[in-house]
Amino acid sequence: MALIKHNAVAPAELWTTLEAGQPAPAAGDVLVDLGRWVSESKPLRARTDKVGVLLQPDDDVLTLEGRLDGISLIAVAFPKFTDGRGYSSARLLRDRLGYTGELRAVGHVLPDQVFYMRRVGFDALELADGKSADTAIAQLKEFSVTYQAAADDARPLFRRVARPA
Amino acid sequence: MYQYDEHDQRIVDERAAQFRGQVQRRLAGEITENEFKPLRLQNGLYMQLHAYMLRVAVPYGLLSSAQLRALATIARDYDKGYAHFTTRQNVQYNWPELEDVPKILDLLASVQMHAIQTSGNCIRNTTSDPLAGIAADELEDPRPYCELIRQWSTFHPEFAFLPRKFKIAVTGSRTDRAAVRIHDIGIRIVDNDAGERGFEILVGGGLGRTPHIAKVVRDFLPYEHLLSYLEAVLRVYNRYGRRDNKYKARIKIQVSEWGVEKFAAAVEEEWGHIKDSATALTRAEIDRIKGRFHTPSFEALANEDLDALALTSDREFARFLKNNLRPHRVPGYTAIVISTKPKDRAPGDVSDSQLEALADLADRFGLGHVVVMHDQNVMMPNVKQADLEAVYTVLREWDLHTANAGRVTDQICCPGLDFCNLANARSIPVALRIAERFDDQDYLDDLGDVSLKMSGCINACGHHHVGNIGILGIDKAGVEAYQLMLGGDPGDDASLGKIVGRAFSSDEIVDAVSTVLDTYATQRESADETFLDFYRRAGLDPFKESLYGTD
Repeated sequence: MALIKHNAVAPAELWTTLEAGQPAPAAGDVLVDLGRWVSESKPLRARTDKVGVLLQPDDDVLTLEGRLDGISLIAVAFPKFTDGRGYSSARLLRDRLGYTGELRAVGHVLPDQVFYMRRVGFDALELADGKSADTAIAQLKEFSVTYQAAADDARPLFRRVARPA
Repeated sequence: MYQYDEHDQRIVDERAAQFRGQVQRRLAGEITENEFKPLRLQNGLYMQLHAYMLRVAVPYGLLSSAQLRALATIARDYDKGYAHFTTRQNVQYNWPELEDVPKILDLLASVQMHAIQTSGNCIRNTTSDPLAGIAADELEDPRPYCELIRQWSTFHPEFAFLPRKFKIAVTGSRTDRAAVRIHDIGIRIVDNDAGERGFEILVGGGLGRTPHIAKVVRDFLPYEHLLSYLEAVLRVYNRYGRRDNKYKARIKIQVSEWGVEKFAAAVEEEWGHIKDSATALTRAEIDRIKGRFHTPSFEALANEDLDALALTSDREFARFLKNNLRPHRVPGYTAIVISTKPKDRAPGDVSDSQLEALADLADRFGLGHVVVMHDQNVMMPNVKQADLEAVYTVLREWDLHTANAGRVTDQICCPGLDFCNLANARSIPVALRIAERFDDQDYLDDLGDVSLKMSGCINACGHHHVGNIGILGIDKAGVEAYQLMLGGDPGDDASLGKIVGRAFSSDEIVDAVSTVLDTYATQRESADETFLDFYRRAGLDPFKESLYGTD
């Protein structure tokens, strides 16, 4: 599972994803679900090691409004690449909630999706097993022009450049 | 015609290059067919029964003569010599080889065309009124707004993996000829009571297995907010539209399950956050897009006496003048409907040399472009009335002169079981038999305008729900059968057809259509009562009785 951060291959990281009800280990970086972050944010914030939140497609990302403090990583799960809800979650995190920390796409993340993922605000991509990081990094630059505003640029093309009359 | 600028051109060029790479990786086995599928689909490439099918986008139906020639080249070099016009104003090729598709995309890009988002669960080609720009009842030409939507939706990063496909139509006229009520989003250009220009937004229309007429979610949207409002609708759909069942994943199901009030409230809430973002349009940007359409200038002409022309012409040409012209708001001009439905050809099919003939005609007599219509015909929108005879002479040479526009044999028909792996029954052979049976043009003219629409399965690509006569192919214990429905219409009083009764066998269906037409012809109040008016007055009963007897 190659990890790409800011358009380059990054070293693997060790996060423990906590299942529902699974107690947090004394030390180490943990990834918790949205429900646990909401109900146990106090003890989680008190940890010395990093805490991340793993969002599922049907989680309401706006629940994180006012609760971003103490989160080192938000991972958005794509259980199937055809489920596009995570794109809206990312967009809302960046544009609506003003989240500036690491936003990572995880799960069935394929090289041919990463251009879109970068535009909606993902700055980290954990590729699906066996997928080429080189291909994905090349795909990040597949298009040199985009028409619409997104998390990477709040201006649509006509406000970025003088288009000819 | 909208003329690409360097940015538009770069996007289609880069798309062609990207797809070339994807095809190479697919052929090299780096990506699985499952992973390739959504990539090829978002490039309009379907796997059908016998081969790949490539769907090319024709934004709002407009084609220049140069584009027609490129489509002809593709038909000749990469297909079996023909192209197929669809009900979404697009063009399909049924026999391309996967390895050739990148070359086809390059050729398309060289004439400012593409296959972007012509399939897949994304925002599809935006369609419009075929009479856009020439209709007398038009408030404003809808096509610049279609182009703004095309650009906004092209590679929109948030909406490439929606629950299901998504279709938008825009009309600028009081009379709806764009079927906005059967689209995921229908947009009508309107003025409010204060005389300000804006849009009425309808959401949740669609056909398929559960047909719905779209509901108004906003009766007036100021023009500058068009794209931010669409973005809000799409976001509410992307986040909350059903994904558990493919057949319940269209936005029409969400609107119907939530109720239009709840849906509209969710959109308003979302839109409140983004309406004043940089996505808001400016008058300058709209005017810039309008300017790039290079609207043709018309000569100051007087109307010709077309009745007199018909009287002095041979019967076939007279009939063409009566049936295949559509009014143009500029005096001395007319639009011509070129029927793709002579009796021996699958509706919508046009050969490579016919496409080239159309290109030549457009250059000589049509200000350089044509319009693909929803009913799979082609329109020359800007013909001088004084040139009608000359145009007709060329059309006749190329067998493009069939004078059946609007008549029963001007049928809409999906590819059916001859091509499509979703189909339950064949549709093209039935269409050909209907064309064969009803080849008495006087009888057709006496019946007046009757729309016949046929689909080979419940996915309803042939729009059978909104045909005055709708035919739906079904599989009845392994045998092809056809359900008959009546009373559908996609226009302002949009209505869905009702099933008359038990289905007919392939042998019976053409007789059944004949019985329906005879029932109307003998029982209508007067020649002025159209088929649809008769149905709306008399209901299904007279048809049931003549089709099934009184049991």
